[in-house]
Amino acid sequence: MSIRERLSGNEAVAYAIKQINPDVMPAFPITPSTEIPQYVSTYIANGEMDTEFIHVESEHSSMSAAIGASAAGARTLTATSSCGLALMWEELYVAASDRLPVVLALVNRALSGPININADHSDSMGARDAGWIQIYAESNQEAYDNFIQAYPIAENPDVMLPVMICQDGFITSHGVENIELEADEDVKKFVGEYDPEHFLLNEKEPMAIGPYAVSNYYMESKRGQRQAMLNAKKVILEVAERFEKMTGRKYGFFEEYRLDDADYAIVIIGSAAGTAKAAIEEIRKTTGKKVGLLKIRVFRPFPEEEIAEALKNVKAVAVLDRSEMFSGTGGPLGAEVTAGLYRAGSKAEVVNYIYGLGGRDITVEDFERVYDELENMAATHEVKDNYRYIGLRERGDR
Amino acid sequence: MDNNLNKPYNFKEEMTTRKDRFVPGHRMCAGCGGAVAVRSVLRSLHDGDRAVIGNATSCLEVSSYMYPYSAYEDSYIHNAFENAGATMSGVETAYNVLKKKGKIDDTYKFITFGGDGGTYDIGFQSLSGAMERGHDFVYVCYDNGAYMNTGTQRSSATPRFADTTTTPAGKVKNGKVQVRKDLASIMAAHNIPYVGQTTFLGNFKDVYTKAEKAIYTPGPAFLNIMSPCPRGWGYNTPDMMEICKLAVDTCYWPMFEVVEGTWTLTYEPKKKLPIEDFLRPQRRFKHLFKPGNEYLIEEFQKEVDKNWKEIQVKCNM
Repeated sequence: MSIRERLSGNEAVAYAIKQINPDVMPAFPITPSTEIPQYVSTYIANGEMDTEFIHVESEHSSMSAAIGASAAGARTLTATSSCGLALMWEELYVAASDRLPVVLALVNRALSGPININADHSDSMGARDAGWIQIYAESNQEAYDNFIQAYPIAENPDVMLPVMICQDGFITSHGVENIELEADEDVKKFVGEYDPEHFLLNEKEPMAIGPYAVSNYYMESKRGQRQAMLNAKKVILEVAERFEKMTGRKYGFFEEYRLDDADYAIVIIGSAAGTAKAAIEEIRKTTGKKVGLLKIRVFRPFPEEEIAEALKNVKAVAVLDRSEMFSGTGGPLGAEVTAGLYRAGSKAEVVNYIYGLGGRDITVEDFERVYDELENMAATHEVKDNYRYIGLRERGDR
Repeated sequence: MDNNLNKPYNFKEEMTTRKDRFVPGHRMCAGCGGAVAVRSVLRSLHDGDRAVIGNATSCLEVSSYMYPYSAYEDSYIHNAFENAGATMSGVETAYNVLKKKGKIDDTYKFITFGGDGGTYDIGFQSLSGAMERGHDFVYVCYDNGAYMNTGTQRSSATPRFADTTTTPAGKVKNGKVQVRKDLASIMAAHNIPYVGQTTFLGNFKDVYTKAEKAIYTPGPAFLNIMSPCPRGWGYNTPDMMEICKLAVDTCYWPMFEVVEGTWTLTYEPKKKLPIEDFLRPQRRFKHLFKPGNEYLIEEFQKEVDKNWKEIQVKCNM
């Protein structure tokens, strides 16, 4: 039985945390995710949950303590943003290679410098090779729903990988929206108890974790992580199906919006998908042009074949990245989607745009321009510049 | 506190009845002080008590848990170089939660080891945070006075004038410029219930007693154990016990404990020896004995005397 509420993205995730009531949460404040540990601390102070909060002195220590707690057998989480995630970088790899199902509530924010507190995906994209499952949200509802699905994915014995649940800083984290919450007992039942097979405090079998492994073992441990990531694809869909049965809300690797008959498609991650949808409705109504959207939910594991299949009938694709990777050839989503289309033998024209860095707004008009450009590319079979910026200040602007 | 702590110390009994929890097969160098420190501390655990052993990246870590072999009878966690304090904070917190929820019922003790690099330097923030938060575990620094795992580079625990690979004694330089960081005092300033500084002396009473107190005092505890490194210090490997004796008899390495803020010297040399006696057998101080460098030894002596005076004041002597 769902409960109708109005919550910000941070509050929605904190509410899910309260309902799950995990064992241990080490965290260090950083804008714009600070509210998550604040809400959790208040729930604890009022006796509404009994998670042990560790007031660590840095994000490096929050992930370090999370690794210790998870290895000891506790259900563990933390929250952070931007530079906090960057400070954890070393530890993200350790959590994944130790195969610890830690969940991280990430509120996406630009990395320094210059220092900037607003949304972009450079933090999580920088961590894309760390071995974490990454799930992104467009809205507060999705952030809440994704968080509830995180532990059943992470703790599945075929997976045992950490999961990052991402939402856009301020836009989603601080924007208050209508939301449907599930009843406490339904959430608890859905998530279940965590009973790890191996853990430090197992009296029947001492465990050692975090070995020195040289060339004769290291590679197998990486191959094991790859297998877990492959296994996660099946588990993510199973968990989503179970979630749909409980809530009626359907999730997959991505959302296809007006894509079945689309000639021109945009691929995007996060909150800007909402603006893209508004543009699609406007274009279809006023011009009748067949425009559509593929909104990525699961970026790790990367559903390459499924994306290529969903885009097989489009004439032109624009991949929009909310982070730079300074390869000089585009953004991370652009590179991976393009590679997927190529491997699938796609003949579509593909262009990569960088948008919204450091919280730069993207508008319905921006999306309309992108669709116009896609139409032009499809007609001329010419992509003059396949790596562009949207919404840059013009020279001379103040 | 546990009653066991007040019983008389019988060396023979201690050595024959205590169970080894750090077992043969590890790959530490012959004569390594670090291995002696770990074995001594873990032998101080009471039979029947379980433990989780933590470890900062160090010589110890790469030599005692090289996949797939662990040298520990107990559960063990290594995470990284600079976060042994934070990692054990997580383990200890998980223990409290799981115990409260009735998921486990055994008694566990938590002991984490770091070298001076992982403790004085790169892991200092993580250690300070863990001690300040009051987690119930012992942080043991096996202090060999340099980054030995990477080949004897200077640390903030390296004594002044020591020849290391990043502070080499050369034609115009006389080894490390700065004096050692006094980490035990800094830990005592965290107002934690137990801080001890020790090394290997005689019948090991000091190290065993302090380790047991550190483990069985509720709340955070810090133990600093001078652990000679034959390769880094350049002394005759079988002479470790002599080197330790000279370190304490010259007052280079005072042995003390701070219990609930009260400082006590646990060893006072019958006759305070000149610092040369400690420096002479070690290759890292060889340049101090070149003609014309007598003033360096004088400066070293002055520093030792100053520290010794300070500690006597702290111990109300």
